[in-house]
Amino acid sequence: MAEKYNTMTLPRMILPRFPVPSHVLACLISATLLVLAPATANADPLQEASRLMKQGQFGPALEKTDQVLAAKPKDAQARFMKGLILTEMGRQNDAIVVFTKLTEDYPELPEPYNNLAVLYAQQRQFEKAKNALEMAIRTHPSYATAHENLGDIYARMASQAYDKALQIDSSNASAQTKLALIRDLMSGSARPTTLASRSTTGKVQVAAAPAAKTEVPPAAKPEPAPAAKAEPAPAPTDPKPAAAEAQSASGKPEVEGAIRNWANAWSAKDVKAYLAAYASDFQTPGGQPRSAWEAERARRIDKPEPIQVGIENLQVAVEGERATAKFRQNYKSGKLKTAAAKTMVLVRRDGRWLIQQERVGN
Amino acid sequence: MKGSASFRHLTAALLLAAGAATFASAAEQTYSDSGPEPLLAQVFAQIEQNRLDAALAQTDKLLKAFPNFRLGHLIKGDLLLARARPLETLGNAANAPQDKLADLREEAIARLKAYRDKPLADYVPRYLLQMHPEQKYAVVVDTQKARLYLYRNEGGKPRFVADYYISHGKAGAEKLREGDKKTPVGVYHVTASLPRQKLSDFYGSGAFPINYPNEWDKRLGRNGHGIWLHGTPSDTFSRPPKASDGCVVLANQDLDALAKNLQIGTTPVIISNSIEWLSLDDWQAERAALSASIEAWRSDWESLDTGKYLSHYSQRFQSGKQDFAQWSTQKRQVNAGKQWIKVSADNVSMFRSPGKEELVVVTFDQDYRSSNLSNTMKKRQYWIKEDGAWKIVYEGGA
Repeated sequence: MAEKYNTMTLPRMILPRFPVPSHVLACLISATLLVLAPATANADPLQEASRLMKQGQFGPALEKTDQVLAAKPKDAQARFMKGLILTEMGRQNDAIVVFTKLTEDYPELPEPYNNLAVLYAQQRQFEKAKNALEMAIRTHPSYATAHENLGDIYARMASQAYDKALQIDSSNASAQTKLALIRDLMSGSARPTTLASRSTTGKVQVAAAPAAKTEVPPAAKPEPAPAAKAEPAPAPTDPKPAAAEAQSASGKPEVEGAIRNWANAWSAKDVKAYLAAYASDFQTPGGQPRSAWEAERARRIDKPEPIQVGIENLQVAVEGERATAKFRQNYKSGKLKTAAAKTMVLVRRDGRWLIQQERVGN
Repeated sequence: MKGSASFRHLTAALLLAAGAATFASAAEQTYSDSGPEPLLAQVFAQIEQNRLDAALAQTDKLLKAFPNFRLGHLIKGDLLLARARPLETLGNAANAPQDKLADLREEAIARLKAYRDKPLADYVPRYLLQMHPEQKYAVVVDTQKARLYLYRNEGGKPRFVADYYISHGKAGAEKLREGDKKTPVGVYHVTASLPRQKLSDFYGSGAFPINYPNEWDKRLGRNGHGIWLHGTPSDTFSRPPKASDGCVVLANQDLDALAKNLQIGTTPVIISNSIEWLSLDDWQAERAALSASIEAWRSDWESLDTGKYLSHYSQRFQSGKQDFAQWSTQKRQVNAGKQWIKVSADNVSMFRSPGKEELVVVTFDQDYRSSNLSNTMKKRQYWIKEDGAWKIVYEGGA
């Protein structure tokens, strides 16, 4: 492979276009090693590092590169290679440092800017990514990869703006974003490599696809680890069964108190206290949005007639952080008088028992 | 900027929907605007001139001032996307809920229209026939325009102060029934002030209930309750034009500004589908004609000529359980026992009720003295025009 790249181009990180829509730019690294003029003598160890990286052996690849840098700390090729390896290793912040330094030392090179942009985009810092790409384009106005990436960045920024505009449920949206990121990390290393060539040199046309395919399997290996790591830890309920057990006996009066407070707030038409009795993940009737449900409740409670809510035959069963309360609810307001059996599921959050489910019947 | 041509067409279409005038003329007006409209209008003007970078910079400025302004984020999304690919529509978000996009487009049109079509200086809403001296301000709502107008009482003459974007009922105006998600149309006043602390975040910086259903609503069998002027949740700058369950919803900063001018139990809130504007001359004529009728009613009452007095009442008159015949009988009996009557009506307010019927709500302090009985009260009458003459169709304490 080495002889093929023995020309005046630079290594670059390239963003492929993915068939699957993704929120995050996945990065794909193609370590095309090139020789900066004047030709250096350390092409061999760097090519070895490149080979190791393509095999997914990032540790050894980094070691090799660091060896080169120990001898020639300013070497652009080696530093670029280090940035790529760090990116592959998921050490985004370290990679950002390396590429940032490169842009400072070689402001005329578009590639470090481009790769910085990729890293920023992975971190959803689109404004920074955009600025980096604009710098890449400023140095090389016809740099197609940077143009394409910039288009992608704008689309991502647009999509962020649309999310805000349409108030796509922010809690869900952030969860989805995380998942999308995980998918991208997993598949990112398994994607076919596309090698770009800089047309300005007029010399190099790299046969990209065949070479790339052979690189796929080794790179795909380390998938599960990052995926598992990045999983947004679905908050395990406190691993303290003993403590929870101990409190379940004494938790009963607290739950009863919570139910009575709820009924009192309702009777007092204290909308704020009434709504505060419900957990943030309360299952609203018909799954309507929380805000709509709150508005409806507020409206109902705030009517002119006095309201009286009584609780009878309250029975509470506590199981750790959850409790079930069954009671008879006597409601009186104006001419309306109802009595109904009610069942509530409460959960303990920060020491308070909050209503998570409410239904009529037992 | 490959996408800009079609995008420009779309914005041009939007501007056409809002009216054909240019924004230059709007900028020359001297009204002070605290809302996002001036910046929004500049953004659209720049899009129209294909200055998309300037438009984006202006949009960023807009969002800095109003971080939760969703329409601003939508336009920003478009301007960013226009750099990546051609746009097909305003609000070019892929796979977005179409109803939400339509809501934001409606908001854009409503805001731009209102910004351009400020009320003319020598025109007043027909409804504000007369404010009494204690009513420092009056509120007039136009549901179709999604706008609330604030007027100051300058010697009984309404003078425009400010206007604000509002949302009203999901199902529109002319509320009839509890739960119909409509905003009532009529003459109301604020009855209370509910501070932020007593409300859930949904109502924003506060709420001002109004007296729906009023006497006329009840007579027509309209029901429901809990119609408020209120703010927006803390994560939202403004809601779409048709968004509430019947309340009139303002941006929190607008509600706060408005709140300073609201007098509980006093400030009129007149809600219309579409405000009718009168030139000052026409307004003066309408108000003079009704004032004359009221004065005639008052002096005919003093005259002890009960027939003349009753001629001011409509055959459809109703007060409580009394209809016109019962009212007539009672008045004839009462007046027969009097040697003299003196009546004065002070602090008169006259507010025309929006709608098809020619109806005016008249409220005043009545000082009634007679040979055998005296009392003072706050009185409310509904006057209706029948065959060209103003007649009383309801009367009671206020």
